[in-house]
Amino acid sequence: MAFSKEEIAKRIAKEIKDGYYVNLGIGIPTLVANYIPTGINVVLQSENGLLGMGPFPFEGEEDPDLINAGKQTITTLPGSSIFDSAMSFGMIRAQKIDLTILGAMEVSENGDIANWKIPGKMVKGMGGAMDLVASAKNIIVAMQHVNKAGESKLLPACTLPLTGVKCIKKIVTELAVLDVLPEGGFKLLERAPGVSVEEIRKATAGKLYADDDVPEMVID
Amino acid sequence: MINKVVKNADVAIADIKDGQTLMLGGFGLCGIPENCINALVSKGVKELTCISNNAGVDDFGIGLMLKTRQVKKMISSYVGENAEFERQLLSGELEVELIPQGTLATRCMAAGYGMPAIFTPAGVGTEVAEGKEVRNFNGKEYLLEYAFDADFAIVKAWKGDASGNLIFRSTSRNFNPIMAMAGKITIAEVEELVEVGELDPDQIHTPGVFVHRIFQGEHYEKRIEQRTVRPKS
Repeated sequence: MAFSKEEIAKRIAKEIKDGYYVNLGIGIPTLVANYIPTGINVVLQSENGLLGMGPFPFEGEEDPDLINAGKQTITTLPGSSIFDSAMSFGMIRAQKIDLTILGAMEVSENGDIANWKIPGKMVKGMGGAMDLVASAKNIIVAMQHVNKAGESKLLPACTLPLTGVKCIKKIVTELAVLDVLPEGGFKLLERAPGVSVEEIRKATAGKLYADDDVPEMVID
Repeated sequence: MINKVVKNADVAIADIKDGQTLMLGGFGLCGIPENCINALVSKGVKELTCISNNAGVDDFGIGLMLKTRQVKKMISSYVGENAEFERQLLSGELEVELIPQGTLATRCMAAGYGMPAIFTPAGVGTEVAEGKEVRNFNGKEYLLEYAFDADFAIVKAWKGDASGNLIFRSTSRNFNPIMAMAGKITIAEVEELVEVGELDPDQIHTPGVFVHRIFQGEHYEKRIEQRTVRPKS
């Protein structure tokens, strides 16, 4: 069975370690906040200027002055801090943020990522994604393995305008956990329960390396 | 005390002319200068270049100035919430420069700190890098990005005093303090204009030296773009 978005988020949450400062992008990455292991201390950064992002407010307690980078109403936590946008990207550029989790439209086998533009169709902009991928030391991409048309999003080379080059090292999809190898190619590390290596190979347009025995993803 | 107080938004923006470049603070609809945007729409000044992280929504924020076709060019990092923007962009009526959010912030910062340019790794190897100088420092490539040159910066703060000192509230701070530093003329609208001496000098985010005009705004709508809540259980 392929994983749901929530299960992808749960699997990614297992990569978060005690003491991490983490930036979560929009979409599946946002869900990761719900599954951070208990008993560890993690601080979420929102690049509009907040460290220590808390849960959504209780109904009736929304504060229009307190939002995350997805423009959602949120809360602060004890120990939160607020700062301007230049300082926010200062801490990103200077690698004070330990882990960045973001979505993608395409990832190539050499670690390039495209997630901000479809020429002639969608021109929303890159937001903070280009800054994050250019500077983060540890980036995990959370995405569907294939697009709505059934085409692989793990490619030999990206076809869409790039967000960053040679920056992605790990990808988690509904089918698999994969590393991007330094010499190029996707290395299959884990597969969703009941999903065969062959199915993953079919859904992966880029070079895929898999050992004979690939363990299943464990989320609980 | 140097008194920077003006009567209202109309007076504050009275000398903004067609074709000028404006910085507008805010992130999404959070911390935007609502009063000045409304005044700009009333004044009808046009052919503007607007530097702002986002472009508002169809019927609020900078979206109001797009609807009236007052904006010639937008410089932003993300414009996904505005259908009219996307329509004008795809049809070629509006010029747009999409740049990485950190680059946008840092180009404001550079202007405010009196530096002509900065180097950033954001956008290296992408179309953002086209035509830009690339420099290698310690084995990593960086793009040369220039400080913005804006005629006016228009910001929104929570509290301010007559000498222009500003305090921002929560995440409505965002681009406001760095834009406040970056304008040739900076206009600040505040929710509460207090007497000089009321603000604790230790708590001031933007020193008054950067602010040329200040007024207390009215009728703040503070629209929420994505109302997300959890149930009380």
